[in-house]
Amino acid sequence: MKKLTILVLSAAVAAGSPAAAELVFPSLSYRTGPFAAGGIPFADGYSDYMALLNVRDGGIGGVMTSVPECETAYNTERGVECYESTRGLGALVYQPLSTGITYQLIPRTTVDGIPLHTMGYGRTSAANGDVFSHTFNYPANYWDAASIIVNQLLEENDGSLEGQTIALLYHNSAYGREPIRTLETLAEMHDFEFLQLAVDHPGQEQGNQWLQIRRERPDYVVMWGWGVMNQVAIQEAINIRYPMENFIGNWWSGADHDVESAGADAAGYRSLNMNRLGDMPVFAEIQELVIDAGLNAGDGSNLGNVLYTRGMYAAFLAAEAAALAQEMSGVADIDASMMRDAMEALEITNEIMEAAGMPGIGPEFAVTCEDHGGTGMAIMQQWDGEAWVTLTDFIAPDDSVTQPLIDEDSAQYAAENGITSQCSDS
Amino acid sequence: MFYREAGDFKTSYSADSATFPILFDRYRYYLVLIVGAGIIPFVLNDYWANSILIPFLIYAIAAMGLNILTGYCGQVSLGTGGFMAVGAYTSYKLMTAFPGLDMISVTLLSGLMTAMVGLAFGLPSLRIKGFYLAVATLAAQFFLVWLFNKVGWFYNYSASGQISAPTRDFFYFTNIAVTGPSAESWAKYLFCFMFVFVLAWVARNLTRGSMGRQWMAIRDMDIAAEIIGVNPLKAKLTAFAVSSFYVGISGALLFTVYLGAVEVGEAYGITKSFLVLFMIIIGGLGSIFGSFAGAAFMVILPVFLRNFLTGTMNWDSALATHFEFVIVGGLIMFFLIVEPHGLARLWALVKDKLRLWPFPH
Amino acid sequence: MPEQLVFAMEVTLNGLMTGVMYSLVALGFVLIFKASGIFNYAQGVMALFAAMTLVGIQDGRVPFSHVINAIFGTHIYDFGWEVPALLAILLTVIVMIIFALLVQRFVFKHLVGQEPIILFMATIGLAYFLEGVSDLMWGSEIRNMDVGLPQGINDWIDVTTLEIFGYGFFIDNLDLAATLIAAILVMGLIAYSQYTKNGRAMRAVADDHQAALSVGISLNYVWILVWSLAGIVALVAGVMWGSKSGVQFSLSLIALKALPVLMLGGFTSIPGAIVGGMIIGVGEALFEFAIGPMIGGATENWFAYVLALLFLVFRPQGLFGEKIIERV
Repeated sequence: MKKLTILVLSAAVAAGSPAAAELVFPSLSYRTGPFAAGGIPFADGYSDYMALLNVRDGGIGGVMTSVPECETAYNTERGVECYESTRGLGALVYQPLSTGITYQLIPRTTVDGIPLHTMGYGRTSAANGDVFSHTFNYPANYWDAASIIVNQLLEENDGSLEGQTIALLYHNSAYGREPIRTLETLAEMHDFEFLQLAVDHPGQEQGNQWLQIRRERPDYVVMWGWGVMNQVAIQEAINIRYPMENFIGNWWSGADHDVESAGADAAGYRSLNMNRLGDMPVFAEIQELVIDAGLNAGDGSNLGNVLYTRGMYAAFLAAEAAALAQEMSGVADIDASMMRDAMEALEITNEIMEAAGMPGIGPEFAVTCEDHGGTGMAIMQQWDGEAWVTLTDFIAPDDSVTQPLIDEDSAQYAAENGITSQCSDS
Repeated sequence: MFYREAGDFKTSYSADSATFPILFDRYRYYLVLIVGAGIIPFVLNDYWANSILIPFLIYAIAAMGLNILTGYCGQVSLGTGGFMAVGAYTSYKLMTAFPGLDMISVTLLSGLMTAMVGLAFGLPSLRIKGFYLAVATLAAQFFLVWLFNKVGWFYNYSASGQISAPTRDFFYFTNIAVTGPSAESWAKYLFCFMFVFVLAWVARNLTRGSMGRQWMAIRDMDIAAEIIGVNPLKAKLTAFAVSSFYVGISGALLFTVYLGAVEVGEAYGITKSFLVLFMIIIGGLGSIFGSFAGAAFMVILPVFLRNFLTGTMNWDSALATHFEFVIVGGLIMFFLIVEPHGLARLWALVKDKLRLWPFPH
Repeated sequence: MPEQLVFAMEVTLNGLMTGVMYSLVALGFVLIFKASGIFNYAQGVMALFAAMTLVGIQDGRVPFSHVINAIFGTHIYDFGWEVPALLAILLTVIVMIIFALLVQRFVFKHLVGQEPIILFMATIGLAYFLEGVSDLMWGSEIRNMDVGLPQGINDWIDVTTLEIFGYGFFIDNLDLAATLIAAILVMGLIAYSQYTKNGRAMRAVADDHQAALSVGISLNYVWILVWSLAGIVALVAGVMWGSKSGVQFSLSLIALKALPVLMLGGFTSIPGAIVGGMIIGVGEALFEFAIGPMIGGATENWFAYVLALLFLVFRPQGLFGEKIIERV
């Protein structure tokens, strides 16, 4: 009984009343568990950028930001608990960085009226804003990624992949299976052979898959991996001497820690990225105002790496939407529904990115009521043995392939859950 | 002082063999029921419902199920997660194939389906014993998860293989949704509470009836049991079936009522099997009360620790999570050292002491 | 020779090598189970912890730096020196021995004579505990393991098989090294248990606790000894697996790969662990090769268990396990 009283007290503290005026951006992070290596830099970037806004600009529109972190360990049940415990703080937007937790939160956030932003992960068909009113997945989604890779390969092969073989090495989970349907459609369209290779979680063992790759010699290997699977796959590719330029990861398989252990041997490995890297002015500001001042979330060692930059980019998009919401509603202390409306009207231009000190970090895009997915563009980058080098400009996906798939999947969801069009009736 | 047998006269055999022979215990039991069914639903908020009470009730069912198999019949199983997945996927298929079906039937049918699957995987137990059996049930665990991950029919060929629970009613003509995003917390809570109550009642009476005594005979020594006329085939298989029925219902509720959307490898992986096994060992093997105590311990402790460390002590969340592991692990070892027979045993000791209090001599 | 057969041979060879890697983990289980009847689920986490410690010492990281920084508000992360691999290995061995002492002193000493399932649960508690300690001590980021083991395709085998079969086989140098080390380890363990006083004491305890006690062998001492040995085996396994994938959380999950090996080989037999590992390695590789593509692949995880289950139905005590004799 005593335990219960303490519990009640501490729960009351945790779910305590929101401070007078704060913009709350909960960070459902994971700094432990099998995917910690990916979760840490992203969470650092997310909260460091918000801290920068507080120090440099006095928050957003004069209201300080706060980033309560809640550890999910990539576990959906903990994700639910985190959502419930941070929701009462006046959360403006959720970014769980986990496809599993996203699926949990889509119906919940819709009912609670809180926007959910899943950039480059989660449910792809949520790009259809007509069905998924509170879910946003700009600037790009998995099916875009599959299409972008094929488009880039088409370009390299003078417009034809006929007779070539593309293998997909994927994490055997909801996340890894996402691109299969798109790639199947594309394979039919462009007449290439499509080979599927599943790797079971966590992906420590891929010997058999790589023996198969060595036997069948596909022209390209595309990887949908996350966590330890990436390092092992890259190591195995080196072991069998697979030409690294023909090995391409999606944007969750191209972080620094994925290639660093292999180092120079992995040179040539390519991956997508939805945010450009490089020497942006914002990093110097974060270093000076946040890290040197000791306000940083992690140990500060991740500054500027791939996933850190992505976390920072996510925070930037959230902050811009919050600023827009303040402008649209005329209220400084905005709530979740204003945030949602602003996210739906969000337009990111080069000027905005430049002003934030991150010129060209992402593509220019505009969100509309129907289209929550942005342009879906991404760049391709290459590991040169020491650092990631940006290889291409933003590449556009083939919307004629992805859009019908999105429509089909969202229509099924709408039918199952009795959702009517939200854009036409307003 | 109030906890006395004295003065509480029994006039029939049935009264004498009641679950709660002491008046005080009976009142306590009624009080729990009244608070559980009559008061909590009215004062419940979303945080308490979704983070503590609903998972507690659902895991209590799973723990009872596993306790029947492991605690009463002595067959260690590490396939709980896989069997829970069977329940979840059965209910998903039923809910999408027959949209008119109410949730009570869906859940019961899921339990039945799981019982059948459990029966099939229970067959090796006739030959394999002890740890070898525990590891053999892992075959069920991994195979079932792989199956639900691989065969598109189970998840209606959705692009990602995630399954989501559509909105369904409590029972015919009631119009109270218990699944889906619009379901109210109190409805979900009551729905689980009802199942827990009925299943606990059934489990209690099964385990002290002839079937339960057969299971315990097998547990204590199967060869001796066979000699005194217990049919090991029947006893072991019924234990597997009944246990899987409970576990399946719990898996179904976990998906439909609690999570609403699951991915099989994540929600029903091997960690779930271990979690439920923890619950019954911390709670007490061979005790219905122990199942509840263990479930409460394993559900509430992490939430409590997290809120305490991050909320009250203001640690950063990563550090708090690492400490959470250390503390949970440490407590498990501590409990096993202090009382290897679990919380249920501690509870029994307290009751024995109470009976004599305040004049123990 | 038909192409498929050559491929199958390559798959078999690689399966054998993978099997040896499983055996490395399984060995640790067998050591402890034999001597004390404890089914040590924490073996995988011990491998993680040992590998983390090794890498941490090598890189000169400050243990518990996160905790220290959080409490004192400091910013220390490393000492700024690098320790040579051999010295680091030695230091890690010492850490594992201290760990064995502590485990025996504070946990299992108090659990002597408990039922196997209770002991098993205690080791799961230990696994949680150690995982938390490992994270607190060294952080949860990925670390690179570099103790100078060779990696990559073995050219000699590639060229030779190309001449013979017309198809060059792929064998990883790391796997070859692992096989060699496993062989040395097993021979070392066998020699140790045959020819040294401590080793004989270990065997005596494994045979009969009471009899060992009565001839003056300290059970406590022997148990600390086997936990230390298991810690060293865990270190070897951690180094091998860590070289492949980097040292990080998933390393602790290799314990799950060792379980079917144990079932198959028997919980009490060191040769059983090796042979069992090889059977599992080859079995799952061939199944994935032949049947996998038809049913969608990624079968390794469950097939190992099903294979072990099939063996068990015919031999319930495992291939090399002691015959179970029950009396009423």
